Amino acid sequence: MARFGMVVDTVRCVGCMDCVVACKTENEVPEGLCRDWIVTEATGAFPDTRLEFRSERCNHCDHPPCVYCCPTGASHVEEYGHLVQITKELCIGCKACLASCPYDARYIHPEGYADKCTFCVHRMKQGLPPACVAVCPTNCMHFGDLDDPHSEVSRLLASRRQHALQPEAGTGPRIFFLT
Amino acid sequence: MQALSRRRFLQVSAGAASLAVAGGAATRVRSAREPGARGADRVRKVPTFCDLCFWKCGAIAYVKNDRLWKIEGNPEDPLSRGRLCPRGTGGVGAHFDTQRLTAPLMRKQVRGAEQWVVVTWDEALGHVAGKLQEIKSRYGPEALALFSHGIGGNFLKHTLKAYGTPNIAAPSYAQCRGSRDVGFMLTFGEEVGSPERTDIRNARCLTLLGSHLGENMHNTQAQEFAEAVGSGASIIVADPRLSVAASKAKYYLPIKPGTDTALLLAWMNVLVGEKLYDREYVAAHGFGFDAFAAEIAPYTPEWAYPITTIPPELIRESAREMARHRPASLVHPGRHVTWYGNDAQRSRAVALLNALLGTWGRKGGFYQPASMNVPEYPYPPYPHAERGRADNPGKRYPFAETAITTGLRDATLTGVPYPVKGWMVYATNLLQALPDEAETIRAIQKLDLVVVLDVIPSEIAGWADVVLPEAVYLERYDDLNVEVFREPFIALRQPVVAAPADQKPNWWIARELALKLGLQAYYPWKHVEEYLDTRLKGAGFSLAELKTKGLVRGKQPPVFYEEGVQPGFPTPSGKIEFYSLQLKAAGFDAVPRYQPTAEPPLGAFRLLYGRAPMHSFSRTQTNPLLGEMMSENEVWLNAAVARRLGLESGAWVRLRNQDGKRSNRVRVRPTERIRGDCVYLVHGFGHTARGLQARFKKGASDAGLITRYERDPLMGGTGMSVNFVTLEPEA
Repeated sequence: MARFGMVVDTVRCVGCMDCVVACKTENEVPEGLCRDWIVTEATGAFPDTRLEFRSERCNHCDHPPCVYCCPTGASHVEEYGHLVQITKELCIGCKACLASCPYDARYIHPEGYADKCTFCVHRMKQGLPPACVAVCPTNCMHFGDLDDPHSEVSRLLASRRQHALQPEAGTGPRIFFLT
Repeated sequence: MQALSRRRFLQVSAGAASLAVAGGAATRVRSAREPGARGADRVRKVPTFCDLCFWKCGAIAYVKNDRLWKIEGNPEDPLSRGRLCPRGTGGVGAHFDTQRLTAPLMRKQVRGAEQWVVVTWDEALGHVAGKLQEIKSRYGPEALALFSHGIGGNFLKHTLKAYGTPNIAAPSYAQCRGSRDVGFMLTFGEEVGSPERTDIRNARCLTLLGSHLGENMHNTQAQEFAEAVGSGASIIVADPRLSVAASKAKYYLPIKPGTDTALLLAWMNVLVGEKLYDREYVAAHGFGFDAFAAEIAPYTPEWAYPITTIPPELIRESAREMARHRPASLVHPGRHVTWYGNDAQRSRAVALLNALLGTWGRKGGFYQPASMNVPEYPYPPYPHAERGRADNPGKRYPFAETAITTGLRDATLTGVPYPVKGWMVYATNLLQALPDEAETIRAIQKLDLVVVLDVIPSEIAGWADVVLPEAVYLERYDDLNVEVFREPFIALRQPVVAAPADQKPNWWIARELALKLGLQAYYPWKHVEEYLDTRLKGAGFSLAELKTKGLVRGKQPPVFYEEGVQPGFPTPSGKIEFYSLQLKAAGFDAVPRYQPTAEPPLGAFRLLYGRAPMHSFSRTQTNPLLGEMMSENEVWLNAAVARRLGLESGAWVRLRNQDGKRSNRVRVRPTERIRGDCVYLVHGFGHTARGLQARFKKGASDAGLITRYERDPLMGGTGMSVNFVTLEPEA
């Protein structure tokens, strides 16, 4: 089975937050919450300032601490795409997963369960890319199977400089940022 | 809410690195429903085009179980190519905005008190029609002015032209792109237009002056900018602020504000002096080149250095970079360019630099736009206005080609050349769009009638006698978009969902008003569908077809000289005018010269302003989705200056301008992204209209601080980056 991941080209990204808005409408994320967000990192002093724009979300880690710590099995690795998902009916809202996530990717939905990015698995099953990828006006996001050496994401990772977030956490994040 | 507050505003300002996290800024929570579309859901898709800005991207709105769900780009649309910008995606919020106008209102106290009586449409339009008849009989129909922005105003314009007024203006001219279009017209004989005829996607080098593509989210331009960046095109940016675009640049020139013309002259000096310009192109198409070359000879990079603060070698290297990639070396004309009052001449310098690079008509430069032929509806001719427009008496601004908003304001204030007694305002918040709001308010006091049509209770609506609530674009038909673009097409806007209250589409309002004015001869159709179908059938299509597809595309004509377009320049000389005899004859510089602009006094900063990608003007701040993405603005201040002033990130200040005008309180954003002699605000915040409760007094209004402006002597545009502010810490 595929192991889905995402590649975000920070050179193209302008940090417009369209991905955030598209995720919110697609997934009907309640007001005040979001499943993806934009980080602008500035280094250096004016005028030699460098900026990196990153569209961030759940990393669907290879070694997901949120799954390991979940007392009920609500957080789990789904076979489809090897994605980290939440069965909300099993979630008791204990927030252990929120505390364990090094990326701060989760929130408690007003209805009481932990919630986060699903990689728009409902769209994928219709053959559509995640809403954030589909909407991006700069075309900076790519989605696909990291285990398939011929996929667009694998080819991009083979050809460009990149980094993932907090690799030192040992979670095996699956979102990569091209620089 | 724990997760949210951790994510909400995280800023690490220590050391060299700073992180700003945006997203999920609001804290209110509403009840949630099931995400996504599931088997049992009824989903309906309706193609239309967007109205969150004037770009008019093709969109597909999704309705799930009779409730608006989401909006995506129409993949067939050449403007959006299936990808809307954040505003377009957030268009859902325009429908659900809880602060929308819901019913017609009439004021019950003095103007500006925002005290209203709810009335019926019949009462409201009856009152407006009565007042309009009174104005016509006492002062003539020319005494009515219409301020209108966007395609939604077309039917109201029709009604008021039938009424007999020629005074129809939009801030998009004298407060925005008019000076650019005049500068290009004087040089190439044609305007840049909207959408700009820029072939960014094929440019190998793109030069931006102050234009902040990516923050300024005109969809096609932002998409093509990313495409150019992604394909390794050289980006050159001159901007006092390190914009998003500047962060992608090979050459960033942190120019001193107000000195762009000096930089342009120096760039041209290098291109001519080092013979790097397109000599064949200039020889074939240029007029007055030798006189031009002689004029710019003194403007060396060394001359420009103390003016612009840009080192001569950087000017030379960036000019050579432009030349290396010509003709696919576009110098972007910008859009909002009314900065210092000499803007048409600066834009002419941009046009001339493009001419030297041979970009006009060439791939990677400026294309020749195409459009489809759609006959106008066969209306009777409009009555002839006996008196010409009131905005530019005696052609004081000889090169103005369109009505000047601030000229109509002058006429209202002075009664010269004749009294203007009524204003109708459609979809433009004049108090945030025109400079010097006090002057606008003084003009309003002179009027017998002020009518505002809008979707939200904007500041200008607060000053109206009658407020007419319009349905948002997702709830109405509008006129056809017969686009003038690289790829020709016709697009339809159609209702997706019903208006939530007593809001009406503008075509209905315009038609009802016409009927009440006895102008039924101008409305042979009863429903706008008849109008649209008639026009579409005239072009060989039908409303039924457009309702299904959203848009139809025309045959692709050649759009570049390389593809067979014949070069042609409708200037007096029939050529590209390096030296302008018509400017000389009118007493202006035949070749642009640098004119210094006043500098901020010691301790003060020049106030600069611009756009954020998730907001349009002052129109979107109450949109729940977009308001959440950016709920208030901050004042950008150079980090070293902030340290010197002892202002920390997030500290509250008020901005006080040279005339003592103070802003709302606003947070300081110390940043390594701006020069020390200026501060920057995103436009559209600091609302003072009480109806905009969620955004009332959130952030600071740049417009409120623009009490001074410099008029462009060529075309009457208002340069607005001429105001200076100090920062007053707020306890």
